[in-house]
Amino acid sequence: MAHDTHDIHRSRAEFEFIKKKRAAEMRGQLTSFAMMIFLTLIAFTLVAADFSNYLIVPIILLLAAIQVVLQLYHFMHMSNKGHGVMAFFMFSGMFVAFLTVLAMVTIVWW
Amino acid sequence: MSSNSQKKGFGATIWDYMTTVDHKKIAILYLISGGFFFLVGGVEAMMIRIQLMKAGNDFLSAGTYNEVLTMHGTTMIFLAAMPILLAFMNAVSPLQIGARDVAFPFLNSLGFWLFFFGGIFLNLSWFLGGAPDAGWTNYASLALASEGHGIDFYSLGLTISGFGTLIAGINFLVTIINMRAPGMTYMRMPLFTWTTFVASALILLAFPPLTVGIFFMVFDRLFGANFFDVTMGGNTIIWEHFFWIFGHPEVYILILPAFGIFSEIFAIFSRKRLFGYTALVFATILIGFYGFMVWAHHMFTVGLGPTANAVFALATMIIAVPTGIKIFNWLLTIWGGSISFTVPMIYAVAFIPSFVAGGVTGVMQAIAPLDYQLHDSYFIVAHFHYVIVGGVVLAILAGTHLYWPKMFGTMLSEKLGKWTFWFFFIGFHLTFFIQHFLGLMGMPRRVYTFGADQGWDLFNAISSAGAFFMAIGVIILLVNVVMTVAKNERVGNDPWGDGRTLEWAIPSPPPFYNFAQTPLVRGLDPYWIEKMEGNKEGMVYAEPLGDIHMPNGSIIPFVISFGMFVAAFGAMYHMDDHAWALPVLIVGLAITFGSMLVRSLKDDLGFHISKEELIADNERIQKEARALEGGKKGGLK
Repeated sequence: MAHDTHDIHRSRAEFEFIKKKRAAEMRGQLTSFAMMIFLTLIAFTLVAADFSNYLIVPIILLLAAIQVVLQLYHFMHMSNKGHGVMAFFMFSGMFVAFLTVLAMVTIVWW
Repeated sequence: MSSNSQKKGFGATIWDYMTTVDHKKIAILYLISGGFFFLVGGVEAMMIRIQLMKAGNDFLSAGTYNEVLTMHGTTMIFLAAMPILLAFMNAVSPLQIGARDVAFPFLNSLGFWLFFFGGIFLNLSWFLGGAPDAGWTNYASLALASEGHGIDFYSLGLTISGFGTLIAGINFLVTIINMRAPGMTYMRMPLFTWTTFVASALILLAFPPLTVGIFFMVFDRLFGANFFDVTMGGNTIIWEHFFWIFGHPEVYILILPAFGIFSEIFAIFSRKRLFGYTALVFATILIGFYGFMVWAHHMFTVGLGPTANAVFALATMIIAVPTGIKIFNWLLTIWGGSISFTVPMIYAVAFIPSFVAGGVTGVMQAIAPLDYQLHDSYFIVAHFHYVIVGGVVLAILAGTHLYWPKMFGTMLSEKLGKWTFWFFFIGFHLTFFIQHFLGLMGMPRRVYTFGADQGWDLFNAISSAGAFFMAIGVIILLVNVVMTVAKNERVGNDPWGDGRTLEWAIPSPPPFYNFAQTPLVRGLDPYWIEKMEGNKEGMVYAEPLGDIHMPNGSIIPFVISFGMFVAAFGAMYHMDDHAWALPVLIVGLAITFGSMLVRSLKDDLGFHISKEELIADNERIQKEARALEGGKKGGLK
């Protein structure tokens, strides 16, 4: 809201610090971007190499999970300060959903 | 802008409540409509007990009995217990954390009206060809075979009111995460706010499975899908899983706020800090988590296999540990305290043995082989009424007495309150204790009558007599409410004399902006800290007096909900090939989405209360407080 905004004055040291931090963040983003491309390559290679489906499906699911975590932390700023509660809720939600799916798979459809 | 002390006409008051986005007024709306549905559910309970009063009774026919029984359960859980708890959450939680309102006041109002119209829709089934009759669990094979529109009223009504509850839950989560006053760290939050927080998280995670399940049910019944139809390749057990993945957390959504209310009461009326505050907080969170790992204990006899049964049996028994931690902490809070047995405290003390009894029978049922014996008998009925009436309803009655002055500015009579308590408490144990034995003697639940040769006559008669005691207790409470409203003796900030948390530091009822200046919280029980240090104002402030930004009221939430209500009728009668059904469905959805569009396109930036108005309002409050001091002093002491 308009009346809540106020100007921010930064000292030279603060400015340098923020610049350094942003550079580090950029580095993290580029690294994880490279990793994601690499993970995608692995996935495509697995399919192209015609491995058994029982091997391909779990590995692709695992790679997908890694991608999600990389996305969340490096591109959606979960690594930044003040995201603790959000992370807690997301992981609790995932945990509950995982338990539910696991139970369904094992006791209903198995 | 307006001051809340203006006298208004009746129509203007109604309009004010229809458009309000103030959490305190929404709390009153929740309390009134939840209270109304509580009475409806209570009348249904009385009809059940009258029918079972003697062998072979014909007060209700078998079909009507099924409807009454289904509606009793559904009404009490979805339309009475949860809304009344939401009333207390709305009334108290924002005050306890030092906030001026919830995070999304507009959504708060929308949540209420969705619940309200969902509840009305569900109950209109009585007048429109028969209520749902497949039990509150609505098991799919039974529900799909049910004729008429009863089940459709159930599924559409609960969808609408479920949206409302989900919105309320998200709202409280955001409020408690983001709107705590300076110094109000998580580990300084009052326990009622903590339990509101965890219960809201459970709402967030538990309502989607119910929505999905009900969605499948609607499609199976109204649009020819086959999710649950075994003959068409569906699976009827899936409904049970969906229902209980929601249903078990649901009972914790009910009991956790109840625990919160009792935690406040024990601390206030023992004049002691809560014993083991940290342990109580972590026990609350643990119970929240375990709530999602135990749903299949409702389905032991379905035939899940020994491994699944063993896993869920163990998980269920673990829940007794955090619950036990809570019980011991409450006992140690009372221990050595300077106890005053006011009405809320009597309820709280009575709650401990009642709830423990329900918990112990719960652990018995967690033993899967024993559950094969107890399943679908009156033992189960006795168990869940011990936890829900002995826990949730006692908390609701206690909370009504405790928070009445904060919500309405008057005190309920202590004397009549004690009469209510004794009638209700004795009636409760009379009704349900003996049902354990009826269950062990083999009486099945959900059966409309029994034979004279089965030996269940005397115990059923005793149980029915107990129900009348409870009814008398509730009637005395209503008399109490009417007399209190008629007398209208105003009370001050802290009518119980021993309030510990922020809500008792401000007038009863609080001004519509709650806090003229945001308080600074210096520890657990902030108001108590200030009182002990001789601070006459009861608060230290975190900011200078300044303009306050407030949201405008709006009728749009009411219109959005009304559109859903209309659309539900269209969807339901569409199945019968009525020509008017489809237009009604479209008009209803058009109202809903049209009003959403209006809300999105029209900027509503709220208004500001200026500093001068705040100062003037504060002088009025001071004058009223002085008048109260001078005249007959309200409150307990």
